[in-house]
Amino acid sequence: MTDLVLPKIDKNTIKRKDEIVKNLSKISGSENVLSHPDEIKPYETDALAAYTQSPLTVILPKDTKEVSEILKYCYEENIKVIPRGAGTGLSGGALPLQDAVVLGLGKFNKILDINYENKYVVTQPGVTNLGITHAVQHKDFYYAPDPSSQLACSIGGNVAENSGGVHSLKYGTTTNNILGVEMVLMDGTICRIGGKTLDQEGYDLMGLICGSEGLLGVVTEVTVKILKKPQVVKAALIGFPSIKEGGNAASDIISNGIVPAGMEIMDKALIEATDNFSKAGYPRDAELLLIVELDGTESEVNELLKKVSEISKKNNCSSLKLSKNEKERLSFWAGRKAAFPACGAMAPDYYCMDGVIPRGKLAVALLEIKKLSQKYELLVANCFHAGDGNLHPLIMFDGSDKEQLRKTEEFGAEILKLCVKLGGVITGEHGVGIEKRELMCEMFNDKDIQQQLDIKKSLDEKNLLNPGKVYPILRKCTEEGRVHVHKVENKFPDLPRF
Amino acid sequence: MSIRSKINSQIFQDSNNTYFPKNEEEVSILIKEFYKKNFPTEIIGTNTKNFIGNKTQTSSKISLSKLTGIIDYFPEELYIKVKAGTLLEDVEKALEKNNQELAFEPIDFGFIENGQSNKGTVAGYLSCNYAGSRRFKVGSVRDHVLGFKGVNGKGDIIKSGGTVVKNVTGYDLSKLITGSFGTLCVLTEITLKVLPKKKFSNTIVIDAKNNQLIYDLFNKISGSSSEVSGAVFIPEEPKDDSYLKNRDKIFKFNDLDFKGSFLAFRVEGDKISINEKIKSLTEELQLNTYKTFLLDNYQSEPFWKKINNLELFEKTKNNLVRIVIEPSNGSKMMKYLSNKFKYYIDWCGSLFWIEMPAKKNMKIKEIKKITKEYGGYLTIIKASPEYDYEESIFTIDDVRLMISKKIKQSFDPKRILNPGKMYRGV
Repeated sequence: MTDLVLPKIDKNTIKRKDEIVKNLSKISGSENVLSHPDEIKPYETDALAAYTQSPLTVILPKDTKEVSEILKYCYEENIKVIPRGAGTGLSGGALPLQDAVVLGLGKFNKILDINYENKYVVTQPGVTNLGITHAVQHKDFYYAPDPSSQLACSIGGNVAENSGGVHSLKYGTTTNNILGVEMVLMDGTICRIGGKTLDQEGYDLMGLICGSEGLLGVVTEVTVKILKKPQVVKAALIGFPSIKEGGNAASDIISNGIVPAGMEIMDKALIEATDNFSKAGYPRDAELLLIVELDGTESEVNELLKKVSEISKKNNCSSLKLSKNEKERLSFWAGRKAAFPACGAMAPDYYCMDGVIPRGKLAVALLEIKKLSQKYELLVANCFHAGDGNLHPLIMFDGSDKEQLRKTEEFGAEILKLCVKLGGVITGEHGVGIEKRELMCEMFNDKDIQQQLDIKKSLDEKNLLNPGKVYPILRKCTEEGRVHVHKVENKFPDLPRF
Repeated sequence: MSIRSKINSQIFQDSNNTYFPKNEEEVSILIKEFYKKNFPTEIIGTNTKNFIGNKTQTSSKISLSKLTGIIDYFPEELYIKVKAGTLLEDVEKALEKNNQELAFEPIDFGFIENGQSNKGTVAGYLSCNYAGSRRFKVGSVRDHVLGFKGVNGKGDIIKSGGTVVKNVTGYDLSKLITGSFGTLCVLTEITLKVLPKKKFSNTIVIDAKNNQLIYDLFNKISGSSSEVSGAVFIPEEPKDDSYLKNRDKIFKFNDLDFKGSFLAFRVEGDKISINEKIKSLTEELQLNTYKTFLLDNYQSEPFWKKINNLELFEKTKNNLVRIVIEPSNGSKMMKYLSNKFKYYIDWCGSLFWIEMPAKKNMKIKEIKKITKEYGGYLTIIKASPEYDYEESIFTIDDVRLMISKKIKQSFDPKRILNPGKMYRGV
């Protein structure tokens, strides 16, 4: 693993550890301040498990007042703070620092209000994404954004990362599905942003906070919108003999005015890997597999499936299956949802990328990635949220081989640069964190980044909240241009990742 | 060549001290000069919504009217990138050719100003963030902005976002810029998400008067899976003959043989799915127990245009107020307004448009207090010439004002861009 440049360590803070722990214990009680190496071990990393770092201490407050007091104390004493939700993030956004306090929000695990009349749920940030849907599903409501880690990831973390999911094209990401948050600034100021109504006038501070990766404030309460479940959901599983034909079919579906609830693409390497792993019954002769999910009323869905079938046939599909029932629809997804562990079974390590490209550039992107795969002599499997252009190439390698590791890093960086070249971006849903920090300059120039840093400075002038994340520490990014590697032994091996 | 002489020789300036930059570099040159000299400036498009917000006191204006044109439009990629001063109408025309639209259904503020359609520029519309009737289903204007380029208060050209819908690279400044009334940066380029236009629309009009019953219907509509894309209530009050006569004229449709208070909702899609949705809503809302009217596509489309043109308040000289509250407090708000003010309800019960007589400023104070109690906010969209500005145009609390000042400072440290347009000190 390449060494990571992190903010300068404040040795004085480390020296004062005992005093700091004592003072924090006065706020949250000594049982909620962890400092023994065994206790803080689980907080050393998030789901980007290749990087580990023990923090100074971990504090687990139980209410907003405590969060405010902790932040105020740390602000006055110049102590860095790393906010942490469930720790399922894939870009290292919750990686601790040696001289920092990790502020864990695990005790914020209650749903505070469910309001069916106004269609919202008020929840504490530690509640899982799926926990919200579970709380309202008996009335046929649900919370729309569905990141693959929804079983474990917290809604507070979703706000920090602006998490998406496979249904983003039709239902949006976190930012489009929350109404308000309560948040604490680094100096301890408690504020309410947004509310329980649609929109809020004035600066859209919620839009700014959502996806800010814990750099601007600590979210202590979230109000999310809930939706009524669609009447009917059906899916089509379509195989294509070439990348080009499959890519064109996905483009044609959109240009024919269809907005699928979800549209996923897998390449041949991934079809084989997932079919071996989960026995999903995928067409193994296909070069490209397309899963299209449609929702709405019965006749609307049937009509759209008919159109999708026609478009697929026009693009020479080699196989076409429409789900006849819910069981079959879920079986179409089974392989796709096992994509990450399936790759894990093929190589000692894999590195998951998260670029976004314009939908129409899929064929070009996949062919380029294929060429790069030959150049670096590393196997790659691709899955693609074709609805919203989010590409997840999975590079397989052996982390114990230093040369392979170096090549993997270079390969990954080349893929993300390719995404930018094709008109896309370097991250669609995993966030920048520490992982893609140095690639920010592929998209932004110094002025763009300076404006973002000025915003950070305006709300956290001492740069104490989650420092060292998102923005390159060395501003001339290309000099430091490298990316970092996931290992397959991540902290959440059971979570389906898609 | 010095900046000053560059401005004089290249950037046209009219007798009202308005500059007309032709590209973002010229905008940058102007702002850099203003920054150096501490000259506050007002940013304008076509002036169609200039009545919203506080009056700015500036030495000059920058007009974006020469920054026009579609830069990229890829229907299959569902986005359009335009120069900031492009007319919204031109964007809609281009999208129409590909059966696409801006799903947030822009409001045409031209009617309340002078009775004529004038949607203004894309940048102007973005700066206000006022979505039309489809808001509760598809999101607001900010949910459809994918990226932008602009010039901040120091004269630096900055950008954020991109052309793709999924993007978490850096702070999402596109949302922050939307609804900021030109106080953070001068927009030069905007990328909007576009969506396929639904083939047909049908509107069901229900004879409904009782407050509780109306909100019961709104609740059932917003909780239905039939994807209703518009729901309004038009009351038959206050008892003002000329107003009611005008109301009946506006909502005169061949198949609407009715003049009382009514609730109307819209379903969109293919004919077959519209029929299916109406069937299931008839059951969910027990529509058989009401007197109802069906407006087909040819009547439904103009119906919603009239709503989104705010035609009920055409050419108003009174205060026009916009209130957003939680729908659960809607029936109480109706009771308060009853027979006192001209109003109607949009966004399936969340949004109230209210006309308040020019001389009743105190009432604004009262209604603002009630709105806050109901968990919402009030904006004076158009102030009457007599309005004394005792109550602020927008609603904000102290902490958010403090944060807003800091954000403003980070974009525009010398408060050059539209100072005071939103709040004092911002």
